[in-house]
Amino acid sequence: MIDAVLEALQFVFMRNALLTGLLVSVACGVIGTFVVVKRIVFVSGGIAHAAYGGIGLGYFLGLDPVLGAVVFSLAAGLGMGAVQRRTGERADTLIGVMWAIGMATGIILVDLSPGYKADLLSYLFGSILAVPTSDLMVMVVLDVLIVGSVLIFYKELLAISFDEVFATVENVPVGAMYLVLMGLVALTVVMLMRVVGLILVIAMLTIPAAIAGRLVKDMKHMMILASGFGMFFMTAGLWLSYFLNLTSGATIILLAGLGYLVSLSLQWLGTRSRRLNTPAKG
Amino acid sequence: MADEARKMGSREVIAVRHLWAGYDGEMVLQDVNLSVQELDFIGIVGPNGGGKTTLLKVLLGLIHPTRGQVRIMGRPIEEGRRHVGYVPQLTEFDSDFPINVWDVACMGRLGDRGLLHRYTKEDEGIVATALEQVDMLDQRHRPFGDLSGGQRQRVYVARALATEPAVLLLDEPLASVDPRVSSNIYDLLKRLNDKVTIVMVSHDVGAISSHVKTVGCLNRRLFYHGGDALTQEMLELAYQCPIDLIAHGVPHRVFPDHAAHGGDK
Repeated sequence: MIDAVLEALQFVFMRNALLTGLLVSVACGVIGTFVVVKRIVFVSGGIAHAAYGGIGLGYFLGLDPVLGAVVFSLAAGLGMGAVQRRTGERADTLIGVMWAIGMATGIILVDLSPGYKADLLSYLFGSILAVPTSDLMVMVVLDVLIVGSVLIFYKELLAISFDEVFATVENVPVGAMYLVLMGLVALTVVMLMRVVGLILVIAMLTIPAAIAGRLVKDMKHMMILASGFGMFFMTAGLWLSYFLNLTSGATIILLAGLGYLVSLSLQWLGTRSRRLNTPAKG
Repeated sequence: MADEARKMGSREVIAVRHLWAGYDGEMVLQDVNLSVQELDFIGIVGPNGGGKTTLLKVLLGLIHPTRGQVRIMGRPIEEGRRHVGYVPQLTEFDSDFPINVWDVACMGRLGDRGLLHRYTKEDEGIVATALEQVDMLDQRHRPFGDLSGGQRQRVYVARALATEPAVLLLDEPLASVDPRVSSNIYDLLKRLNDKVTIVMVSHDVGAISSHVKTVGCLNRRLFYHGGDALTQEMLELAYQCPIDLIAHGVPHRVFPDHAAHGGDK
């Protein structure tokens, strides 16, 4: 077993995959915490699918599809944030529309692009085993950007997540902060797309943070713990998929999903035994 | 009552003149006039849909008046609202939110500590004093979601106090707490009222009229005379329905109380 692990670590792709998992988990834990507490899970899903339009555009123009995804997801995040705040349009309707238009745009643009598109599926389902070393540096930069922004705007981001009305009354630039958060979600989505694919992005944004949220009652602790859970699921899932010869993205997600169910049942058992042990109040 | 009236300063904290406001052309507030004097404790009652929430939103600068003028400490709302300590209703909170008592109270310092600035030692001192005033300082490390309704309400009051407000604005502060807790909160507000003006809206006519200094009735129009008695006439004008309908549950506190006040004068 150890020999097999050491042997696998000889491969650059495996080392890069493991490092990618660790780097992505940082952004995942920090931004996932906001996604969970601010209840913008489906906004993130919408941004992820809109990003597919950018991938299509990248193919069509002969540019790096990831670049297209960055542009599209940022535009989708900022655009949706702005429209939602200004018109009061029901958020879930807006998300649904964006989700579908993004995907459809991507499909049409890919149709119109000439040539062979073998790696198209990798954006949908992830390709953590095909991350080049140059991309690792990009991920480090993105991590620094994301964690740095959250540190700089922490008290404002906490305030708009906890109580938007009070933040407004205190003259916090609520709209601008919301857009900053949307931008950070969009960047995280693009990073995650590499690992699990845009279809499964929602899972890695929410599951580690949701488990952490059951264990700690402080936002910073929740971010750190969520990053830790992310790292565990990424690493364990990657090895599992390597040895069992399964799709890595889906294996990681299933492992995380299993972890979520375990945390759910542990909590259920916890409250149940507490209820049984607490004498009824008179 | 006379010495309480004397304690009130003559400075006007909130001035509302001929205010019209509403949504989509429907005017929920019609020609509302209100002058809140320093150290007053005003209770504004009225039926649901009568415009209490809309009035609060205007005072907080969340919706703009269609017509009329609102000034807080003599300034336009966006500037003046930094002197307002807002205490929201309890109901709008997700009890899973990962935050402790201290961090909630710290949000009161956001207005003075702008973007890119950390909270200072001075801020921490102000927050500690605010929590001390509501008797929650020893609970500062507890998760906010684990607190009882009354405790949460007190932390919201501390957060509002941490803004160093000239006026506290409370939205149905006692809506979802039990009577014993609500009388504690009234005691707290009464103590705070020595230093800060209080404006409070509520649908609970009985409770509010027995604790505040002056009372007004709001149902699209505001019936306010700067007195402490809620007259039958005001209620009838405001509610436009027989009084016994709105006095359900606490008839003894509304009517004999006011009969007694009438006798005093």
